[in-house]
Amino acid sequence: MSLESLYQEIILDHYKNPHHKELHAPYAIEVHHNNPSCGDEVTLRLSLNGDSIGQVSWSGVGCSISQASTSIMSDLVTGKTMSEALELERIFLELMQSKGNFSGDVEVLEDAVALSGVAKYPARVKCALLGWMAFRDAALRAGSS
Amino acid sequence: MAGFDSASLRGDFPILDRVVRNGNRLVYLDNGATSQKPRSVVDAEREFYFHHNAAVHRGAHLLAEEATDAFEGARTKVASHVNAKSEEIIFTKSATEALNMVAYGFLNATLDKSGVGSPFHIDKSKNIVVSELEHHANLLPWQQLAARTGAQLRWFPVDPEGRLDLTNIESIIDAQTAVVALTHQSNVTGAITDVPLISNRARQVGAIFVLDACQSVPHMKVDVQALNIDFLAYSGHKALGPTGVGVLWGRYELLEQMPPMLTGGSMIESATITSATFASPPKRFEAGVPNMAQAVGLGAAIDYLNNVGMGAIAEHESELTSRALAGLGAISGLTIIGPTNNHARGGVLSFTVEGIHPHDLGQVLDDKGIAVRTGHHCAWPLMQALKVNATTRASFYLYNTEDEVDQLVAAVIDAKRFFKV
Ligand SMILES: Cc1ncc(COP(=O)(O)O)c(C=O)c1O
Repeated sequence: MSLESLYQEIILDHYKNPHHKELHAPYAIEVHHNNPSCGDEVTLRLSLNGDSIGQVSWSGVGCSISQASTSIMSDLVTGKTMSEALELERIFLELMQSKGNFSGDVEVLEDAVALSGVAKYPARVKCALLGWMAFRDAALRAGSS
Repeated sequence: MAGFDSASLRGDFPILDRVVRNGNRLVYLDNGATSQKPRSVVDAEREFYFHHNAAVHRGAHLLAEEATDAFEGARTKVASHVNAKSEEIIFTKSATEALNMVAYGFLNATLDKSGVGSPFHIDKSKNIVVSELEHHANLLPWQQLAARTGAQLRWFPVDPEGRLDLTNIESIIDAQTAVVALTHQSNVTGAITDVPLISNRARQVGAIFVLDACQSVPHMKVDVQALNIDFLAYSGHKALGPTGVGVLWGRYELLEQMPPMLTGGSMIESATITSATFASPPKRFEAGVPNMAQAVGLGAAIDYLNNVGMGAIAEHESELTSRALAGLGAISGLTIIGPTNNHARGGVLSFTVEGIHPHDLGQVLDDKGIAVRTGHHCAWPLMQALKVNATTRASFYLYNTEDEVDQLVAAVIDAKRFFKV
């Protein structure tokens, strides 16, 4: 496993120019998540458009993996139905928990497959999941309110 | 040059031969988190288990006698290492437990009906003094004690170099101060606290002074009498010793007045179904069958440290620190978080590199076999005060070499190239 395959260009691009990284108003739900072991944080806002994800916006601090993953996630889920978005979250979680044994379907996960290398580094999995867990939390709260 | 050759004693530490990622030999620079163990420490534990293992202070048989001798022998070594008396040394599971033991001593004395008049009795007229640079282990016990008793929590702020700002010492430590709990050497910035200056002030107002010596006892000569303090805590695992053993030292006349945190077997003088009287220190504070093999291992660690010499170790680490400060300091975009000159600081060095998150930097270093710590180092309030989210930390010990420092510097430069910053 080389550093280059962990830090693919796509990841570094998203890190340097993150998408949707500016908190928008109005919004339906705001959540704040952090990784107590490393200090990375994300604040995420979600607005709905009927049964679909209207807009995801966020702010936060963290490593390239957490920032890129959150950026990629916001691109992916925007415009999806709630259940499609939560299904993507499930698939991404499965990829992260795969210990690097599978590489992910680019048709489904798009840019997020670039994060597949993270699964080989157990200590970094939580970085890649930070934004996704915040999204899941926000989506479930939005669904129940 | 320090009085020993770090390269020659590396052979005593089998783990230092480990080949880690990409065929690289391990460069272990995470000693602030935990130290590696020499053979003699693991051998001492094995020897105890294989030949002398029995519950100390209990059995009526030969092994119990030998185990007790070994355990008490370790206590004597630990005591003389910090210039204390044996009966003032309490074996705990860690520094965290040791610090909690003192904080809970205060809480229990405050709850006890007979506690009024005890130096450990506090109420909302009293205050507790800590600092912004404390490790959570020396912050939360006091913060929680304050919350539970209504005592006021006060703290020394830090200056931009991460040193305690003592400007307002006279008003921060006042006649109502019950306890002052501070760190001897910061686990983030390496800054060494001017303990005698503060402990003298604590003495003036009759406050109890507690020192978190986790990052000092393993690395330099520490003398509890010269420091003029009342309690000291450290963890064996950061001092070449095993995990699962820590030390609390306290002045005997205070230990005699301190209520125990844990109660149970081996800590009583007499017991009935409704009441008990407690044994004298240190037994009062060692409820249950103690961590015997670990204490014996710590004794062996202290022998090892003394053979090398605490002064020589401090000198060696200081040389490595100078080299690291110069090498890292010359890298553009790199900021040392902590004192940038090598005065009153130990071999713990935190830094940030513009454009590279510490996690990512740590990953590149790991790829080259260099083990460092990244994150907030269990000192969130300090990170907030210094306005950094996380740092990369290299921390040295007696077995680190100048070559390893150079590898660290070169790897940081490589990381900048990799991330194109
Ligand atoms: C300054 C300081 N205090 C307290 C502790 C707590 O030590 P332990 O976790 O071994 O109880 C540490 C270790 O991380 C430390 O560096």
